[in-house]
Amino acid sequence: MTEANVRNSRFDLRRLTKSKELLVFAFLILLLVFAPLFLSIFRVNLLGKFIAYAILAIGLDLIWGFTGILSLGHGVFFGLGAYCMAMYLKLEAAQGKLPDFMSWSGLESLPWFWKPFTNSALAIVMAILIPTGLAFVIGFFTFKNRIRGVYFSILSQALAIIFSVLFVGQQAYTGGTNGLTNYRSIMGFSLSSDTTKLTLYYISLALLVVTYLFCNFLVKRRIGRILVAIRDGENRVRFSGYNPATYKIFVYCLSAAIAGLAGAVFVPQVGIISPAEMGIVPSIEMVIWVAIGGRGTLIGAVIGAILVNALKSGISDSFPDVWSYFIGLAFVFVVLLMPQGIVGLVKEMARRFKQPPNHTEHLSTDKAA
Amino acid sequence: MDSILQIDNLTVSFNGFRAVNHVKTEIEKGEIRFFIGPNGAGKTTLLDAICGRVKPQSGQVLFSGNLDVTRYSEHEIVNIGIGRKFQVPSVFAHMSVYENMELAVVKDRSLYSSIFHKLNNEQRERIEDILVTIGLYEKRLNTPKALSHGEKQWLEIGMLLAQEPKLMLLDEPVAGMGRSETDVTGKLLEKIARNCTIIVVEHDMEFVKDYATKVTVLHEGAILDEGSVSEVQSNQKVIDVYLGRGGEGECLM
Repeated sequence: MTEANVRNSRFDLRRLTKSKELLVFAFLILLLVFAPLFLSIFRVNLLGKFIAYAILAIGLDLIWGFTGILSLGHGVFFGLGAYCMAMYLKLEAAQGKLPDFMSWSGLESLPWFWKPFTNSALAIVMAILIPTGLAFVIGFFTFKNRIRGVYFSILSQALAIIFSVLFVGQQAYTGGTNGLTNYRSIMGFSLSSDTTKLTLYYISLALLVVTYLFCNFLVKRRIGRILVAIRDGENRVRFSGYNPATYKIFVYCLSAAIAGLAGAVFVPQVGIISPAEMGIVPSIEMVIWVAIGGRGTLIGAVIGAILVNALKSGISDSFPDVWSYFIGLAFVFVVLLMPQGIVGLVKEMARRFKQPPNHTEHLSTDKAA
Repeated sequence: MDSILQIDNLTVSFNGFRAVNHVKTEIEKGEIRFFIGPNGAGKTTLLDAICGRVKPQSGQVLFSGNLDVTRYSEHEIVNIGIGRKFQVPSVFAHMSVYENMELAVVKDRSLYSSIFHKLNNEQRERIEDILVTIGLYEKRLNTPKALSHGEKQWLEIGMLLAQEPKLMLLDEPVAGMGRSETDVTGKLLEKIARNCTIIVVEHDMEFVKDYATKVTVLHEGAILDEGSVSEVQSNQKVIDVYLGRGGEGECLM
């Protein structure tokens, strides 16, 4: 095979698979754009929640699938983002008075750290900045000190426990186990109206597109290769003159920011955030979405999050007890039989069915060489 | 000739065990210096100390006259001009040969540059030149999975070259290679040595004989002898502890 042929076949193959991923994403978005025409507003609202999860999954995939850092505490960043938004919604619902749960707990005035959240724009900014800041502090101390692999995962899990216990314990400031709920309106629009719900749905969808395109831009740049290189051989990255800690801290912060954004998108649509959403179990579930969808591909994370949650609501509607077993089994199945998830499976099938005859020849000459 | 690296009374110990014990040597510009010695002699540890992977208990490693590398972290040492290749070829498995080279050739390794800067023409040409030198130009779009063991070693040496180091540390670059691959590697090292100093840890005595400008024999963490290949070969102590034992030095005997 001549050199020019190798070049052409390889480049075409790559361009095709790359653009295919974008094509699948565009198709998925198109489906989601038209979904409200066929679904009840209740279902649309539910789908909006899944989209929030999909946003989070993209960030989680960036750190786990691309960089190889398994975070088992992303519920915390999601939760913090959600609480920031919820504090704003709660204050708007209280209409200048003290939020209900605070007066039940005996508080007489609004705590200082609640005050900025009367401003909706500020609340949204905080929903992203606070998780990012937390990730920076944790990332700085862990990654600079070369804490990695299982040790990092355990540490991130401890984070999830600490925060859910903290939020349960500080009832007067956080609403305790019940969390924050009973919102009325967002920027003056009633949350119970169908128009608001539909608008929120489309805003979520737009944010999903923005997040996806932004992350897609990043992974196509050299930084994307550096992240994968850190996953595959951190030592070689270090001895190529890069400081892996810088890149790890960056990707941890970015994925925390995305998780915070997802939390802010989640709250107005679901109407409640409680410590149960930020503990260990939801954090692990998030990892499972990415695993099932296919880690290391952004589209896999989106598909995984939407699909698993759609199944979850379908199954737990009819058989509430079965879900935990089902998700557990699905995870085991994916890990054992399709380690690259749904996307990996589809790619493999496409490769087998559509493999051009000269491609095999090309591979075998490689091996012989 | 000027020396590029001065190792001064270097001691590295692990929990009291002195893997490198008061080593003192000087490496001149343009040398291909070989560190040889039986297993556990401290050869790899010495390389680790030069490239910042382990911190010495005492002593100095002065690079280019006055930079004490023991004070820098690994990636900083790379950036001041010391490249390191490990014994097991470590290249990035999920990227093409070209992309592997791309990560190495970039000089500005900051976060900002990795997001916003693409390779310039000069860097692209440099990659292509090196790929031709290491004989992997035709395979530049393949992933390393499609490469043989020897080719992976060459790729890693190519990545080192792309960093444009002044000093290259190679740990057993020809281990697991056949005779012809070993020769190709040797020729490659000679070519590289024209504008870069090389330190090699190696057991293959024939390879040492063919390409060494100077040899340092290490034994139990200390320098046993140093000199040209023939000088070292005729030293009775060296024959006793290393070359005469049959195993690792068998090619010579």
